[in-house]
Amino acid sequence: MKILVCLSNVPDTTSKINFTDGDTKFDTNGVQFVINPNDEFGLTRAMWFKEKQGATVHVATVGEASTEPTIRKALAIGADEAIRVNAVPVDGFFVAEQLAEIVKNGEYDLVIAGRESIDYNGGMVPGILATLLGMNFVNTCISLEVEGNNASATREIDGGKEKIATTLPLVIGGQKGLVAESDLRIPNMRGIMMARQKKLNVVEPTSSKNVTADVKFEKPAPKGKVTLVDADNIDELINLLHNEAKVI
Amino acid sequence: MSVLVYTESENGKFKKNAHEVASYAHEVAKQMGTTATAISINAIDAESLGDFGISKVLNVSSDQLKTFNAKAYANVIGQAVEKETAKVIVISSSADTKFLAPILTAQLKAGYVPNVVSAPESTSPFKVKRTVFSNKGFAFTEINSDIKIIGVSNNAFGSIENKTTAAVENFEPNLGDDSFTSKSIEIDKVVGKATIADADIVVSGGRGLKGPENWGMIEELAEVLGAATACSKPVSDLGWRPHGEHVGQTGKPVASNLYIAIGISGAIQHLAGVSSSKVKVVINTDPEAPFFKAADYGIVGDAFEVVPKLIEKLKEFKAQNA
Repeated sequence: MKILVCLSNVPDTTSKINFTDGDTKFDTNGVQFVINPNDEFGLTRAMWFKEKQGATVHVATVGEASTEPTIRKALAIGADEAIRVNAVPVDGFFVAEQLAEIVKNGEYDLVIAGRESIDYNGGMVPGILATLLGMNFVNTCISLEVEGNNASATREIDGGKEKIATTLPLVIGGQKGLVAESDLRIPNMRGIMMARQKKLNVVEPTSSKNVTADVKFEKPAPKGKVTLVDADNIDELINLLHNEAKVI
Repeated sequence: MSVLVYTESENGKFKKNAHEVASYAHEVAKQMGTTATAISINAIDAESLGDFGISKVLNVSSDQLKTFNAKAYANVIGQAVEKETAKVIVISSSADTKFLAPILTAQLKAGYVPNVVSAPESTSPFKVKRTVFSNKGFAFTEINSDIKIIGVSNNAFGSIENKTTAAVENFEPNLGDDSFTSKSIEIDKVVGKATIADADIVVSGGRGLKGPENWGMIEELAEVLGAATACSKPVSDLGWRPHGEHVGQTGKPVASNLYIAIGISGAIQHLAGVSSSKVKVVINTDPEAPFFKAADYGIVGDAFEVVPKLIEKLKEFKAQNA
């Protein structure tokens, strides 16, 4: 089985978010970039397929040279090879088209991407990619088994979960549950050394254009001060929630 | 050329978000000087959408579509788009809709903007406001494609009544076997309980509750309020609660009217995920907990003393206001 794991290079979850250039750009100053958490769960599941079922695992990202530390981390965790599409990921459709080209040329059986990146939260790349190539697609996937050409996937739904039977070639929009948080791997020294020898192919983007553009950003309005209620005065809290906030 | 809205139903009844997206579609149609048409699948009260400004409903009745199937549903909506020559499509943020949305996007070569929180800023150019960076910011996004898909955030625009008469038309899409290459085997869903996605109130517990054996009072509080239960990331990582309850940046977003955080300190990732909730209450022993800076109301106190009292007082309140 040949697996492609799609990676986004995103600000660490603890990042404070600021904008610059008259609020038209995300301010990367002082921001630590990491593998998108939803992608990392998928990458770790791919490692399981590699170790238990002999799968080959490649990783791909759409981004400039500055994303390479994130790609190297995925190689240090155990991916066999990496591909970087040398372009700014302008919108979800653009990214999906770039990845579709890679999947088509690489003849992958299984593509694992995160259900969304935690920066722009588009949540559309895996589904567009699957549809462009006529592959099956399961979103918000929390468990995945593959046997031969058949796949059994569980997806999270509002208020529960659903088990789906489908076939390869398949694209997954993955998230926590594919593996547990405690299964995530920190690259060891040997992995880091080996990653330096692994192939990182840089390819140029196809000529597709973006269909959406973020023209301006805004930070949420600052929060007013909290109203503290004494622990012995629960009636007051109920009164505030009923009469002031009108939520009960 | 109308605005098309996909109105989701469950067991024949429209979901709360169906009324929200219908209201939104009416607003967009008004701005564009046209009308709003809904596409619904196996809904029994299609004409009720007239209450929210929908003047026409394409209603599909199909046993094949009894169970949600993302590709098949996307194909149905795509055929409705073609029939109506719609240029703007309005959809919700439910798990099912976020599953079918990218399929529809690719089929229509559309520009899709999810997590939209308010009516369009303008319709020429088409510009909407959406959340980005997991609610830590907003973006104003222009859509330049011929067909545009707007995903409206839960509980953001609201349900707005605009009484009109909806003409209901039976719609028979063509669905081949290629729409059903994935099959639903088993659905495991809590029935009769509010879900985090559409609950008006969410009650959430953190590590301050010390162990899964102490969740009885969280569930009781949720029951009294008709609320959904949720938890912080460490709680789900420790296996105290199922992953599906994890709310925050890498879990589910919460956009309820009221969010009650009990024994949750308020890490930045958690606060981001729940920031779309309108009113936030925090109960925590530590007055320095970051959640107090993000909350509207707070009680500094021990959850094991405060929550049972709160349950008791709420029961009295509910009895008086019933």
